[in-house]
Amino acid sequence: MLKDIEAATPKSMNKLHVNALENEAIYIFREVTAQFDRPVLLFSGGKDSITLVRLAQKAFWPAKIPFPLMHIDTGHNFPETIEFRDRLVAELGVELIVRKVQDSIDQGKVIEESGKYASRNSLQTTTLLDAIEEFKFDACIGGARRDEEKARAKERIFSVRDDFGQWDEKNQRPELFDMLNGNIEHGQNVRVFPISNWTELDVWSYIQEEQIGVPSIYFAHQRNTFIRDGLIWSVQDDVVFRAEDEEVQERTVRFRTVGDMSCTAAVESGADTIDKVVAEIRDSKISERGARIDDKRSEAAMEKRKQQGYF
Amino acid sequence: MTNARRQLWKNVNNKDIFRKMDVLKIATAGSVDDGKSTLIGRLLYDTHSLTDDRIEAIRSSSEKKGYDYLDFSLATDGLVAEREQGITIDVAHIYFSTANKSYIIADTPGHVEYTRNMVTGASTSQVAIILIDARKGVIEQTYRHFFINNLLRIKDVIVAVNKMDLVGYDQSVFEDIKRNFEKLNANSTYIEQNVTYIPVSALKGDNVVEKSTEMSWYGGETILEHLEGLQGKDVQEEGNFRFAVQTVIRPKTDEFHDFRGFSGKIKGGDLKVGEEVTILPSMITSKVKSIYFYDKSYETATAGSSVTVTLEDEINVARGDMLVKINELPKVEKDLTAMVCWMDNKQLTAGSRYIVQHNTNQVLSRISEVGNVVATDFSGETESKGTLGLNEIGKVKIRLSKPVFVDSYVENKSNGAFILIDEQTNTTAGVGFIK
Repeated sequence: MLKDIEAATPKSMNKLHVNALENEAIYIFREVTAQFDRPVLLFSGGKDSITLVRLAQKAFWPAKIPFPLMHIDTGHNFPETIEFRDRLVAELGVELIVRKVQDSIDQGKVIEESGKYASRNSLQTTTLLDAIEEFKFDACIGGARRDEEKARAKERIFSVRDDFGQWDEKNQRPELFDMLNGNIEHGQNVRVFPISNWTELDVWSYIQEEQIGVPSIYFAHQRNTFIRDGLIWSVQDDVVFRAEDEEVQERTVRFRTVGDMSCTAAVESGADTIDKVVAEIRDSKISERGARIDDKRSEAAMEKRKQQGYF
Repeated sequence: MTNARRQLWKNVNNKDIFRKMDVLKIATAGSVDDGKSTLIGRLLYDTHSLTDDRIEAIRSSSEKKGYDYLDFSLATDGLVAEREQGITIDVAHIYFSTANKSYIIADTPGHVEYTRNMVTGASTSQVAIILIDARKGVIEQTYRHFFINNLLRIKDVIVAVNKMDLVGYDQSVFEDIKRNFEKLNANSTYIEQNVTYIPVSALKGDNVVEKSTEMSWYGGETILEHLEGLQGKDVQEEGNFRFAVQTVIRPKTDEFHDFRGFSGKIKGGDLKVGEEVTILPSMITSKVKSIYFYDKSYETATAGSSVTVTLEDEINVARGDMLVKINELPKVEKDLTAMVCWMDNKQLTAGSRYIVQHNTNQVLSRISEVGNVVATDFSGETESKGTLGLNEIGKVKIRLSKPVFVDSYVENKSNGAFILIDEQTNTTAGVGFIK
């Protein structure tokens, strides 16, 4: 029954060399499980949360990841993302919690947006805060990165949220050296960002090196699309409003960031392998969130949403 | 731009980029007028790190404000309040990379009321850039930046004399400033610190990334050349091996039934399989059986690695314990004397209670004495008033409810620092550097 662990693990005579960002992320994961009673990893099925899952595996091996994953399902996800999510969870043998924005709508807690730019992106916040309350989570681990967006550039690694899930950006705890202060009051929770210091290129280089699987929509494929405001929208008439004069055309595209179908624009790309994706990101002339329709609402769009409890 | 960036990366093998990439963290401090944001913007722009949409956003914001140049501070000042007031009130993180290294800039305001932000930014950095306006020379703020970099023992410091274009690229201006700064540095006890002086114009791009054509009298490195040339040994702290246990890994599966691994980050020196270690506080000794990183084991692991260690003997080890080499024991202290930088609105007073967080330990403590306040402009100390206010730095004595295993900050940075947590508010109220 007992397997000798020495025999079960390949031995390398080499000196261990790990990238500083990976060391930092693993360190953060271990602080989370040591300092909190009920952590959860917020899993969207995007590349950043997939990277988090690999880092969590590394942090606790040979034990399993010691907390559940939670997906706040807007109902507007790309089907490829959901398939990927279910496969990954089955492989890892971890618990997956799914809470649906549709339920929050049905309960009358939030009202669906209407019009040309309707999206469920900001409605997620209510569903998320309810789920935190329901499961009494005290630490929610997320894949936000400081280089994504200027409000996120000031986010702490342990970021305290009050009973209402709000972020008080002007009154944040200083974070010194690698000392993470997870002390909170009952009812508060902490958002934890282990890959705060990673860039988009770091994430893709890591996925390449570790040979981590990601949903197929990150690679070039044929898709029916239309153009609005200079961005490439996915044709999905049940989710994305499209005017009759917005002409459908098949294009070779991929997604650089994966949110909802209603708020994520595609980019024209022939990058159909991970090597090509890494090369494309490195040479890119457009920032990652340049294709996020939800960020374009105003210059301070992200900061406003974060204050209200958005991830 | 794309071609230029491709050129920059042309010799890089597409594989293993991540693992081989060095990460260098840089602290910058300064006010809006000394051109710090312009310098950072210039670094980003000339390394082709700004994407077209970001440049476009900066261009349109600059035009709205009526500027006829690109105001790079718009790229670095993050929050709405800051954009409105045109000041930086927190630590902002800025990222760029070359084929060699990933750079993270921790950018902080330089005024005295933001001392705590500067200390915070410097605490996670390995290199500091101190900016001096060539027209103004060494001023109070310069002293403060240098003081903080010395207190935190930043090993590599770049003194960038900026706005050289406004003094006609005059060598004597640069040399005068350099001489003044060297006088300041002469009193420093931190002899391992390396200070490099570079004359630059961030606005015009002289000696930031590209060599200046206007200052042929300067034969030294540009700022980027200096950063690119830094090796691990130039910026790493030295010290004895310290391994604070974060968590114990017990899978309790059939496959790994007896596995008991101690997880943590190696600090100070390397660790090898077979080495004898002492576990604190129990003082029991054992030998390192294996060093794991994920599902592989290694003979040696270097400082900085987040690993899981197993020992030859079955010993009770928990979070808060520390593994050290048998002949390199730290001090076991119940009383700490430290330089403390205070970060809370509520003053630090003798007799008050705080939680000391040192590595993976949280210990209840009482402040036994608040001593002299140290001026950050090297002008000396002011006599103790029994309190330490926001942004003040002073000597503090602390009584702990149980002993911790410490080194002085000078001997071992990571094992010589701690934070003070307010029991009521849970906020991080201060940081201490053990004497």
